[in-house]
Amino acid sequence: MKNKYSIFSLIKNAFSNHENWQRAWRDPEPKKEYDAVIVGGGGHGLATAYYLAKKHNLTNIAVVEKGWIGGGNTGRNTTIIRSNYLWDASAGLYDHALKIWEGLSQELNYNVMFSQRGVMNLAHNLQDVRDLKRRTHANRLNGIDAVWLETDEVKKFCPIINTSQDIRYPVLGGTLQKRAGTARHDAVAWGYARGADEMGVDIIQNCEVKGIKRNGDTVEGLETTKGFIKTKKIGVVAAGHSSVIANMAGLKLPLESKPLQALVSEPVKPIIDTVVMSNAVHAYVSQSDKGELVIGAGTDSYVSYTQKGSFNIVEETLKAILELYPIFSRMKMLRQWGGIVDICPDASPIISKTSIKGLYFNCGWGTGGFKATPGSGDLFAHTIANDEPHKLNAAFNINRFVSGDLVDEHGAAAVAH
Amino acid sequence: MFLINCPYCGERDQSEFVSGGEAHIARPKQPTELNDDQWAEYLFMRKNIKGIQFERWNHAHGCRKWFNVARDTSNDKIEKIYKMGEQPPKL
Repeated sequence: MKNKYSIFSLIKNAFSNHENWQRAWRDPEPKKEYDAVIVGGGGHGLATAYYLAKKHNLTNIAVVEKGWIGGGNTGRNTTIIRSNYLWDASAGLYDHALKIWEGLSQELNYNVMFSQRGVMNLAHNLQDVRDLKRRTHANRLNGIDAVWLETDEVKKFCPIINTSQDIRYPVLGGTLQKRAGTARHDAVAWGYARGADEMGVDIIQNCEVKGIKRNGDTVEGLETTKGFIKTKKIGVVAAGHSSVIANMAGLKLPLESKPLQALVSEPVKPIIDTVVMSNAVHAYVSQSDKGELVIGAGTDSYVSYTQKGSFNIVEETLKAILELYPIFSRMKMLRQWGGIVDICPDASPIISKTSIKGLYFNCGWGTGGFKATPGSGDLFAHTIANDEPHKLNAAFNINRFVSGDLVDEHGAAAVAH
Repeated sequence: MFLINCPYCGERDQSEFVSGGEAHIARPKQPTELNDDQWAEYLFMRKNIKGIQFERWNHAHGCRKWFNVARDTSNDKIEKIYKMGEQPPKL
């Protein structure tokens, strides 16, 4: 049983110089056999394990992670959470996640620092205005809070934006989701890991999957760097490396893995208390609780697994940031990094069974998976436990690329790719 | 970030080029005879290899010509550049 985190445990541990905190999760060796194994110890994978144990009573399960938990895209994103997607299927999926976010810190007894500071998407040309207004209306019809802001209202909401009509891409308005915001990405992985571990889930780090053993069209287990693990159900949540794992099972996915970069500035006093995104000029910015500006760039155009990306992408992003926020012209950037994002042709994810019995994929989140972490885990757990999708992720099956029933969310993806 | 040796212009920065994705995906000769699975395979399914992958690139901000590249996607190292229509090299 884990000790509960509270103000009292904080005070109590302060008296012993914070040296006696209980370990948050174990470091077990893999057992010979599990009821299910999740491949990938990021936020989505750990959330999947957590909900499998909590809602479906599957506790003899493991999460295998080739590095350390939360070290992939979970620790590399810009922590933005919103649900203002265009189509009904996406609205259902992302708002399901947002509703879980609203009570997540309490549920996990782990402060994920969820902050509903609002996310504003800017329009810079007539087509942007039409598209964003359409999306605002679609959101409201789906019960998602969204409001359209005219240019002066944008300025009022975020005073540091340059709303001069003389700039190359003037601000013509924007759409605002007030329930949207940010969360602490590491805490999400750690909170789910701690919760899953408490219910008996084995979280096995430094354990890379090398092969998937099949008997005809049924999975039998996983070859890993820590030996063979027998299991009847494998849930793959490997983000940028999904195609690599799929290849081990002889499957091909409609994915391309590309570098997506982000950068943070030196910490400064509070200057921007919301998240502002702009698809057209391709820049988005928010401020972390430490005071760093968190800036997102676009994807590179080529397939790569290098977690780096090209300098010209960062340069373009900073040009756009400076035009919109001249106040940042003397800011120094502190760090830059890349993550590998797996992009679907329709910019929507896949949470699905496959043609192989017992093999499930949760992938294709592309440039915007962090926001969906709790919902994705919940729905993927449902799909694995019942061998059937939940009604909220039924549209996100892998067969949509055969039937043509795509969920095109390029317009709402906020990162052009 | 890497350099690409355009077979027509010489070595230039990658930012001058546009990636055209996986190479050697032939357009179906008889599109009307394809079933849905074959269309999905042609339109959407990709190898997305971690390792040496054959790709098409276009020198968009240069000669605008297309060519093929064998590139290691795990380190962005280019192994071979060859012209359109040529068979992929054995590597």
